[in-house]
Amino acid sequence: MIEAVVTEKVAEAGLAPVEPDAPALSVTDLRVWFDTARGLVRAVDGVNLHVEAGRTLGVVGESGSGKSVLSRAVMNILAPSAVVLPGSRIEIEGHDTATLTKEQARHLWGARVAMVFQDPMTSLTPVLTVGRQLTETLRRHLGLDRAAAVTRAEELLRWVGIPEPARRLRQYPHNLSGGMRQRVGIALALSCSPRLLIADEPTTALDVTVQHQILNLLGRLQAEEGMAMILITHDLGVVAGRTDDIAVMYAGRVVERAPTKVLLREMRHPYTRALVRSIPRVADPSHTRLRAIPGRPPTVIDPPPGCSFAARCPHARPRCLAETPVLGGDHPGNTTPGHRHACFFPVGTPEGDQAFADNLAAGRTAAGLPVDEGSVL
Amino acid sequence: MAGSGTAHLRPADEDILLSVRNLVVEFPTGRAEKVHAVSDVSLDVRRGETVGLVGESGCGKSTVAKAIMQLPRPTSGEVEYDGRDLTSLPKRELRETRRKLQMIFQDPISSLNPLRKVKDIVAEGLDIAGGTARSARSATVDEMLEVVGLDPETAGERKPHEFSGGQCQRISIARAIVLDPDLVICDEPVSALDVSVQAQILNLLEDMKARYGLTLLFIAHDLAVVKNVSDRVVVMYLGKICEVGSPDLLYAEPLHPYTEGLLAAIPDPDPDADLADRALAGDLPSPVNPPSGCRFRTRCARADALCTEQEPVIQERRPGHFVACHHPLDSPAPPTSASRSPAATRA
Repeated sequence: MIEAVVTEKVAEAGLAPVEPDAPALSVTDLRVWFDTARGLVRAVDGVNLHVEAGRTLGVVGESGSGKSVLSRAVMNILAPSAVVLPGSRIEIEGHDTATLTKEQARHLWGARVAMVFQDPMTSLTPVLTVGRQLTETLRRHLGLDRAAAVTRAEELLRWVGIPEPARRLRQYPHNLSGGMRQRVGIALALSCSPRLLIADEPTTALDVTVQHQILNLLGRLQAEEGMAMILITHDLGVVAGRTDDIAVMYAGRVVERAPTKVLLREMRHPYTRALVRSIPRVADPSHTRLRAIPGRPPTVIDPPPGCSFAARCPHARPRCLAETPVLGGDHPGNTTPGHRHACFFPVGTPEGDQAFADNLAAGRTAAGLPVDEGSVL
Repeated sequence: MAGSGTAHLRPADEDILLSVRNLVVEFPTGRAEKVHAVSDVSLDVRRGETVGLVGESGCGKSTVAKAIMQLPRPTSGEVEYDGRDLTSLPKRELRETRRKLQMIFQDPISSLNPLRKVKDIVAEGLDIAGGTARSARSATVDEMLEVVGLDPETAGERKPHEFSGGQCQRISIARAIVLDPDLVICDEPVSALDVSVQAQILNLLEDMKARYGLTLLFIAHDLAVVKNVSDRVVVMYLGKICEVGSPDLLYAEPLHPYTEGLLAAIPDPDPDADLADRALAGDLPSPVNPPSGCRFRTRCARADALCTEQEPVIQERRPGHFVACHHPLDSPAPPTSASRSPAATRA
């Protein structure tokens, strides 16, 4: 019954997919800059992304890499100080989001695209009951009457694994544990059967055991609903077994993108490898020295030309400081279909090995970072 | 699980720096009820060793840390530090002794005073302790900043908000070691940091430990991090200890069903990792009304009637490997074990 209501509402808003197999999301040359007292912050600086309907994309990056600004741009909830540069294009199911009518926009971001936040209290208001918040969305976007909305809300809570849904509907967010709250946040996001779900660090605030439950839940719901999902995280472990593709972001750009298994087996970008290697592994014996990445992420105010990772990279050569590598450019090692990276001297290629050997002989990289045998990140 | 007992404590002649015995911390809720935050926890730390304390949020691990520092004093139990029981020490002597115990907190930014300069933050311990001449003070502070990887010239005059999370944690470490402590209690020191910075801070802690001969009590919920730094791991659940052992042993062959569940929940960057659901279902029960007998029984697949009636006592199952469980994983599962409640399996 809900399917019929959703279809009808989507048709009414003129938001049916432009073509039956239109990608759930297509981002072209997205640039989001922030005007701050310290200068122009290039938070997202030329990102291209494509998520086919029903697929799961993991976006991995550290704080400041621009991954959250990217998701907020797609959700149309950027801070007022954000400037989306001309030439940026975001298409959802084939609809260019810049050309929507007000009514269409309201329905698109309320119902077709939904988001799960890191802290569920961001999406839940503390002063209304869980039931009130869920039914409000259902009534507003799907036009359900009060009784039908309550029935549907109970169904949703049961669906996300909350026992005694009728009782929970009468409770406030603070009555629930962190894991339960995140389940409610997910129920709220999925209440109108979105075609694209963006989960921004959905489990970072949770314990490992609850994280595992929530990730399993998201995976199950995504498969049941056949919706596309973007899972944003700083933890490669979270996305490894649960996504079709991974995009690695650094300093506002995607530096490597590939099907998940390909990326984790044949990572090309030195940053991707460094990120993987800096994670403590349970399989390693205790007191194993961690391979930390030297330095820290660059500020993205007036970035100098060249590769943004060059200052921390053991492969950095003079070319890396002069020229900016482009994702999918004609770089060595771009051989596997669907695997794109932005590095002149990639990991696992003769060019990369040579660059490191040259730096090793010189004792330092072109950016002045000291290197020794151990700095094979 | 989650039992009492002191079988895992080591003899005093093994150079034990800190020994916590039968620690109980309860908080009144204001309604004739009590939060049983820590219920009869015993643990010891040998001089120069790192003991990792791990468990989910709400298991009482931070409360243990604060009780060791006497902030506030525990409800009952002993905290013996270097031969002196801190719980019965007069205030003045406690303050003297506590100089040798320092803490590093989770949130690197909010644990530093935003209005003070970094050099004054680092020097605060010296100022309170007194007896440091002005010239010696600034030399010591500069040395500390240098040691933790900050440039004293530029960093000393700045305020915390000008630094990233990782750098603030470096400042916290400098502040903790400036008084030359013996024991540093690290309460989730890296859980607010990015992975690449986390590795830098963990390596720095290992360096500081070697350089200054520190003893660490390292509290974290991330099992991989705890394994990396620890010589001995203590697993806590709902105010009780479940399992104690050397990390390599405990992670390879956990004896407690709770430890197994925790390990199964770790996200693995291996794309072929098996996501089979051995991880725990359900949430932590309320510490106001903890379950009878074994506190873990409500989430345990092996629980039976015995677990409801009787609290397990910690016992040495293998050399150096202790567990508080009626049906540890190296024994066959009890035939009558109750399956998980329907509510819990839905996860």
